Amino acid sequence: VSDASRVLIVGASLAGLRTAESLRSNGFEGRVTLLDAESALPYDRPPLSKQFLAGTWDAERIALRVPGDVELLSGRRALSLDPMSRSVTCDDGTTHRADAVVIATGALPRRLSGAQNVHVIRTMDDSVALRERLVEGISVVVIGGGFIGSEVASTAHSLGCRVTVIEALPVPYERVLGAEMGRQCASLHERNGVPLLCGVGVEAIDEGSVRLTDGRVIVADVVVAGIGVSPATAWLDDSGIHVDNGVQCDESLRALMVDGSTSESVWAVGDIASWPNALFPLGDSAPERMRVEHWTTAAEMGEFVGQQIAATLGDLSADRGEAFTTIPYFWSDQYGSKIQFIGRATHADEVRVVEGPDDQGRLLALYRRGDRLSGVLGISRMKALMGYRAHLANQALWADVL
Amino acid sequence: MKIAVDFDRCQSNALCMSAAPEVFEVRDDGFLYILIEEPGEEHRITVEEAARLCPTQAITIEA
Repeated sequence: VSDASRVLIVGASLAGLRTAESLRSNGFEGRVTLLDAESALPYDRPPLSKQFLAGTWDAERIALRVPGDVELLSGRRALSLDPMSRSVTCDDGTTHRADAVVIATGALPRRLSGAQNVHVIRTMDDSVALRERLVEGISVVVIGGGFIGSEVASTAHSLGCRVTVIEALPVPYERVLGAEMGRQCASLHERNGVPLLCGVGVEAIDEGSVRLTDGRVIVADVVVAGIGVSPATAWLDDSGIHVDNGVQCDESLRALMVDGSTSESVWAVGDIASWPNALFPLGDSAPERMRVEHWTTAAEMGEFVGQQIAATLGDLSADRGEAFTTIPYFWSDQYGSKIQFIGRATHADEVRVVEGPDDQGRLLALYRRGDRLSGVLGISRMKALMGYRAHLANQALWADVL
Repeated sequence: MKIAVDFDRCQSNALCMSAAPEVFEVRDDGFLYILIEEPGEEHRITVEEAARLCPTQAITIEA
């Protein structure tokens, strides 16, 4: 590895930082530069809707460590990428050239069109702004009963706010977990005295209230939207990188180009990367292409790409033939319960509850795809759930895990 | 090697247990128990994986 070589990582959140760490731990001695749009030092996002929002953890506690021998250029937004010259131009007019570029710009929260004064949670600033409003006794309406919305609802409830959750779908989490398990997870709201209104949209957000499409008006001193995120790909529009629900990558996380070729020097990691995960085949052969917005996947992708670049920078076109595979994992802490999912819930042919639900909602459910175990959902069944991780890694037969 | 867990950070995700079940156990009470405080070198690979996987970065390996 030549000392003159340089890796440019665009985005200094978890996936970008892990890429930098991995480059160093795999012996890369060239220059490593992280570019980030935010001016805050890198931090971890999961606490933003939980401990940090509640005020029990401070900024120092959620800080992510930046390796000492890595250059961090924060407060500058990438505006464009030229894969041929491997250069990135930022909003301060600077252009940065490198031998390899890693796209790690993550995702941006969706916002309600035309609505003012609606909070979202994605950045530390978002969480601070909402925290200042969450005073005991006020009314909070959370639009979106997914994981982020539910965690915000749980945190606001714990701070003594009067919380109502509005969900447009008939059942929250339905697209993620299926209807029956979605209902089980969503039951945590009502078990804890937080009203959940489903199958209804928001007509208007007025001063002090939210008007629903069915005519109901809900008092709201504070409105929060947790309606999902979109991959932050706008800056790649003219780059020739193939963008379709994120950056389309090959199995080793190298970016694909619109002309169908594979980039020799651009990778993508984290929430923005879509890739075929060979651990989860669809039908008989082809791996499921997925884009995963989970902490552990972002960390593992960064580690993998750092290793790949460190190993191949002397010969960027070398096809290492290595594929990134992972067992997706996510968790959500709400009202003292822990929802966990390991594997994939999509394309499930069957969901079978094997434990519970008990009087506190604790349960364990297995997801089947074809003749294999494809995923496991747990509500406060941490030990039992993790026992299935090895089965997922081994692509265990359904019949063998029952 | 010596393992240190910041129990204030630990949120019992139990990924450590899936990586190194001989060292980490999250029991049904929801708490993490360390089964071997100073595991031998033969556990290094799995303990390092546990530390890497931990989504709250609660595990550090001291020496």
